[in-house]
Amino acid sequence: MAVKNFVVASFSDEAVLFPAVKKVRTAGYKIHDVYTPFPIHGLDHALGLRETSLHTAGFIYGITGTTTALSCMSWVFNSDWPMNIGGKPHFPLPAFIPITFELTVLFSAVGMVLTFCYLCQLAPFVKKHIFHPRQTDDLFVMAIEVTAKTNTEELKSFLASIGGQQINEQRAEAGWWYGRFDQDDRLFEAKRVEAVNA
Amino acid sequence: MKDQFVVPARLKTTSFVLMGIGLLTLLIGIFAFHGEHGSTRFWAGLLQNSSFFALIILASTFFIGATTLAHGGWQIGFRRVPEAISMALPVLGGILFIVVMLIVFGGKEHIYHWVNAEHVKHDPILTWKSAFLNKGTFTGFMIVTISLWIFFTIKLRNMSIQEDGWDLTAATGRRIIWRNTVWCGAFIVIYALSVASTTPWLLLMSIDAHWYSTMYSWYTFASTWVSGIALIILFVAYLKRNGYLPMVNEEHLHDLGKFAFAFSIFWTYLWFSQYMLIWYANMPEETVYFKPRVWGEWRPIFFLNLIINFITPLLYLMKRDTKRNYSSMVFISIVILAGHWMDFWQMVGPGTYEHLVFPWYEAGLAVGFVGLIIFLVSNQLTKAPLVPKNHPYLKESIVHHT
Repeated sequence: MAVKNFVVASFSDEAVLFPAVKKVRTAGYKIHDVYTPFPIHGLDHALGLRETSLHTAGFIYGITGTTTALSCMSWVFNSDWPMNIGGKPHFPLPAFIPITFELTVLFSAVGMVLTFCYLCQLAPFVKKHIFHPRQTDDLFVMAIEVTAKTNTEELKSFLASIGGQQINEQRAEAGWWYGRFDQDDRLFEAKRVEAVNA
Repeated sequence: MKDQFVVPARLKTTSFVLMGIGLLTLLIGIFAFHGEHGSTRFWAGLLQNSSFFALIILASTFFIGATTLAHGGWQIGFRRVPEAISMALPVLGGILFIVVMLIVFGGKEHIYHWVNAEHVKHDPILTWKSAFLNKGTFTGFMIVTISLWIFFTIKLRNMSIQEDGWDLTAATGRRIIWRNTVWCGAFIVIYALSVASTTPWLLLMSIDAHWYSTMYSWYTFASTWVSGIALIILFVAYLKRNGYLPMVNEEHLHDLGKFAFAFSIFWTYLWFSQYMLIWYANMPEETVYFKPRVWGEWRPIFFLNLIINFITPLLYLMKRDTKRNYSSMVFISIVILAGHWMDFWQMVGPGTYEHLVFPWYEAGLAVGFVGLIIFLVSNQLTKAPLVPKNHPYLKESIVHHT
């Protein structure tokens, strides 16, 4: 994780945001991320993000659940503590299916939620920099990373020309760090965020 | 923009050839299977095919009903396809009615034991059930349900075509939604009371008249519903390939694929619910149904059924790319249709002609039915533009994104 410089612009609605994303990408600027108050269909394509692998992870978790359930139950009822239940065989597959199904669903659901949180960098006791307080309310916020080649003033006027509002520069930690949103950071003073030119 | 379907000569020829194969099989069947016991397979094959194909045609009406009631917008772009498929119902329903009437009143007691009054007298279980399971009730139910299905199918189709002629205003838009919702709601009630309960009892469960299962109707419904979706996918893919349905793209195909995926699992859920309760309780009057299927000659079909109808769609349709590709969806739709046809085969076969045989006769009839459906549906597709241009949700369908 690294502290980086960003140019941040807000957009009033998605009809302005979409063309803006396209123009910013065509102009060659590096979009760090776009924050929207609600999920927007097609924005991932517009941003050129790759397809998520979350479903593959879900499949693997599900298979793990299936294997766990079947192997645990067959171990218990065949070698650990064989019991005669209603004259059924020691490996009564139909009776195992509901539990296998439940464990498959449980493993894939819980696993996918945790993976999703990890991918979104969401967790308790973890902080992320918020570029604009209204990004979860009614503003569409685009953060553009300032690289060595970026001319900041040019970028700001470019953003203003394509509908950006409240354009400012921020210096912030790009990833997540330990902390709580209701408390100031103590351990990682160096990562404290300050607005350069708010 | 090609909006009006024209039946290509090749498709027409194909449908006639397929129908010819079906008729030929029927003729061979008349000579191959005759006599008191021999004709059992002849009638069982007809019963299996006519009920399967009539019910998967009806699933298209259910598709329109369910998506309309759910206020779905995504299906409007190809809504004329299930409409056209459902319009094959008058013919298919008629065939089904004629077949079951011939079985019941022709005294085919090897199909339905309960049609023999003399036999019922000496059979306490059938005597007990005879208040419901008799020729009069059977005929009454068949007449009422099949005519109601046909009435609602034609009504929904006519409303949709009529709406093309209206001026599109806010008021007509609201009126379209309102009256479609009302008629679809009424249809769903009829459908639930017939296909999801009485119809499978009478048509198929009464083959094993001593046996009963409360899951049976739902299981049959799930079978026909997922096959019906596969049929819609096949027609959509065919039209798309020939340059029609410009508003339909892989997003719509993806959603149809999700339906096929989800309801394949739903079918398995119901299949398993029926099987497990009977397996667990292990009561002779219930296990009698599964004895020939699991421990008899039909054992391979029993497991093949699960592999084709559950494992294959589950693993194949799980991936996003397969649901968004026309060729792969056509492939899996054919697999699903064949699999559920086989499911109906193992519902009918063990209770009637008992022995597992190579199903050349049943498959031949199925080919004939496929030809008939292609012929009827392609004819219906020409009768109206392929896009319901006045439907208020059309735009939602065009910009649809899964």
